[in-house]
Amino acid sequence: MKSAIRLMAVMRKELRQLMRDRVTFAMIVGIPVMQMLMFGYAINTDVRNLAAAVADQSDSHLSRQFVADLGQTQVLDFQYSVDTAAELEELLRTGRISIGVLMPPDFDRRAIDSRRSAAHLLVDGVDPTIVGVANQIRNMPLYFDATAPVQNKVATFEIRPYFNPERRSAVFVIPGLIGIILTLTMMMFTAVSVVREREHGNLELLINTPVSTTQLMVGKVVPYIVIGLIQLALILAVGRLLFNIPVHGSIFELYIAALFFIAANLALGLFISTLVKTQFQAIQITIFILLPSILLTGFMFPFDGMPQIVQYLGEILPNTHFIRLTRGIMLRGANLGEMYQELIALGVFTSIALSAAIIRFSKRLD
Amino acid sequence: MTDNADFAIRARGLTKRFGPVTAVDHLDLNVPRSIIYGFLGPNGSGKTTAIRMLCGLLTPTEGDATVLGFDVPGDADALKPKIGYMTQKFSLYADLTVQENLDFIADIYTYPRNDKRARIETLLEKYNLLEQRRQFAGTMSGGQKQRLALACAVLNKPELLLLDEPTSAVDPKSRRDFWSELFSLADSGTTILVSTHYMDEAERCHRLAILDHGRKVADGSPAELQNSTGMSIVEVLAENPFAAQVELSKLPEVMSVTQLGVRLRALIPQAVANPLQLVDNLLSANAIPAQTKIVDASLEDVFVAVTQKGYAAEQAA
Repeated sequence: MKSAIRLMAVMRKELRQLMRDRVTFAMIVGIPVMQMLMFGYAINTDVRNLAAAVADQSDSHLSRQFVADLGQTQVLDFQYSVDTAAELEELLRTGRISIGVLMPPDFDRRAIDSRRSAAHLLVDGVDPTIVGVANQIRNMPLYFDATAPVQNKVATFEIRPYFNPERRSAVFVIPGLIGIILTLTMMMFTAVSVVREREHGNLELLINTPVSTTQLMVGKVVPYIVIGLIQLALILAVGRLLFNIPVHGSIFELYIAALFFIAANLALGLFISTLVKTQFQAIQITIFILLPSILLTGFMFPFDGMPQIVQYLGEILPNTHFIRLTRGIMLRGANLGEMYQELIALGVFTSIALSAAIIRFSKRLD
Repeated sequence: MTDNADFAIRARGLTKRFGPVTAVDHLDLNVPRSIIYGFLGPNGSGKTTAIRMLCGLLTPTEGDATVLGFDVPGDADALKPKIGYMTQKFSLYADLTVQENLDFIADIYTYPRNDKRARIETLLEKYNLLEQRRQFAGTMSGGQKQRLALACAVLNKPELLLLDEPTSAVDPKSRRDFWSELFSLADSGTTILVSTHYMDEAERCHRLAILDHGRKVADGSPAELQNSTGMSIVEVLAENPFAAQVELSKLPEVMSVTQLGVRLRALIPQAVANPLQLVDNLLSANAIPAQTKIVDASLEDVFVAVTQKGYAAEQAA
C-alpha cells in the first residue's frame, strides 16, 4: 500500500514534468514524424532516372533504336551525347553522370556476334546500387527490328516478390524504423530523466526520503511506456496515410511486441543513467548505442550478409529482435506464437539491464 | 545502548577520506535531543560531508555513528522517515508548483491521506507561502525557496532535522524569521543540526562544534566557548587603525589582529600577564594615539583562536 502511494507519486510527478517540458514533448511527436518522412522518402533502392550519357560512334539505325529503348525504361536519363570514351570518363569523374553508354563504330557487327559484347557500360562503381542497375541493363535484349522482336531465351528464374510485390522501399524501411525511433526516444528520455535529477540536486533530497530504488525506477519508467505506445500509434497512422504501409498481422500482437521492446529500451536507459554524471554524457552514450541499432540489426542491410561475429553482436541488440517482429507481423502476417524466441530474447535483455540498473543505482552518494 | 536515548546523535571517530583528502577527521559528537546544534566552519571544513555521513548518504571510511538510535549507514532506511534534510543547494523540483512539491513529498513519506491536506495547508500558512502555492518553485526568491525547502523537510514531523547551510542564499530578514522558526521547532522537541559559516547564526545555537580542516577543534555552548579561549582580547580604538594593526602584528605575543571598522581586536594568550599594558606601551612607543580596553571574547575570536591553534600545532609537528 505504502509502496503503491510512493510509486504513484513518482509517476504523477514525472508526468507533470514531462507535460511542462515543451521541447521534450515536441520531440515525442517530432522525432517519429521527421524520421518517417526522411527514411520513407529518401531511402529508395528502386532507382530511376540515373543521369547518363551516350557516345554513339556507330550512329546506325540499330544503335539509335537501342538508345531510344534504353531511354524508355526510365532507368537512365540521357543528359549528354558525346563522341569519345574519354569524354564519357570525364563526365563520370566529375560526377555529372552515373552511367555512360559507349557504342563502338562496329556496333552493328558486334551485335550479331555472340562471342563479343555489342556495347560498353561505363559505370560509377562507387555506389553498389548503381552497379546493380547496370547489371539489369546488361541483359537488355537487343531488337534488330522493332516490329518483329526476336525470340529471346527465357530466364532461368521467374521472380515473384512476396509481401512487397511493388518492391517499395518504404514498405521495407518503415516497420524497421519503428524500432529505431523507439530506441532513440525511450532510451534517451529515461537516461536523461534520471541524470537530470542528479544534476539539479533533486536526487540528494530523494535518496534521503523513504522512497526505494525500485519505486523510483519503476515510477520514472512507466509514463514513458505510455509515450512509447503513443509513438507507435503515430508511426502506424503516418505510415498508413503517407506510405500506405499495411499491417497484415494483428495490431494487438504488434503492440505486445512493442511493449517488450519498450521495456528493454527503458531498462537500458536506466542502466545508462547509472553510468553517467551529466545529461550530455547520457546523450552521447545513447547515440553510441543507436548507431549499431541502425547498422547491425538488419534495418539497412540484410542480417545474414554480415560476418558471423557481427551477427552475434547484432543478436544482443534489442532492435534486431524487434525488427524481425515488426516485419513479421506487419508485412508477412506472422503471429507472435511463431516468433516467440524474439520475445524471449527481449525479455531476457530487459531483466538483465533492469537488474544491473537497480544494483548500480545506490541510495548513497559515494 | 541505553544512553542513546539521551542523545539524538552520537559519533565516534567518524572519518571520511576521498582519495588523499581527509574531509572529516575522527569526529566525535554528542548531540542532545531537542536542541539546536551548530556546525561552524569555513568552506571545505567538512560540514557537508559530516552531515551526509550522519544521514547515511556517505559511508564513513572509519568510525561509527548512531542517529536516533539507528546505526548509520547500516540502518539508514529505518532512519529516513524520522529525519528531515535540507540540502545546501535548492533540491526541490523547479518545474513543479509549491503545492505540487509539498504534495509529492507528503506522498513519498506516505503521510496519512486524511491529514495530508490539512498538514500542507498548515505548512503553507506557517511558512508564508499561501500566495505562492501555484507558483513554480524555480521562479521564487531565495527566501521563498528556503521556506519551501524547510516546509518539505519538516512535513513528516521529523525527530531530527539536518540543515546544511540553510541561510546562505537569503537576506537578513528571512534569516531572522528562519531562525525563529527553528527555535519553535526545537521547542516542540525537534533536534536540529545546522551548519553555518555565519558567526551570528552560530551564536544562536544551544551548542556548537567548530570544524576546521575536517577536525573538531572546539565544542560547547557559545558562552562556554567564549570563556575558554585562553585568550585576552584587547580592543583598540585608534585614529589610524591601519598603522596600529601593522605595529601590533609585529608583537610576538599577539596571536592575531582583526579590524572591525575603526576598532581592532588583538588576541593575546592569557599567559601574558598584562596584555593591556603591553599594547599601550607598544602604541605610545610608536606615537599612535589610541584608546584600549579588555573586552569579552566574541564567537569570532573563539573561532580565530581555535583555528590558529590548530594551525600552530600543525606547523610545530
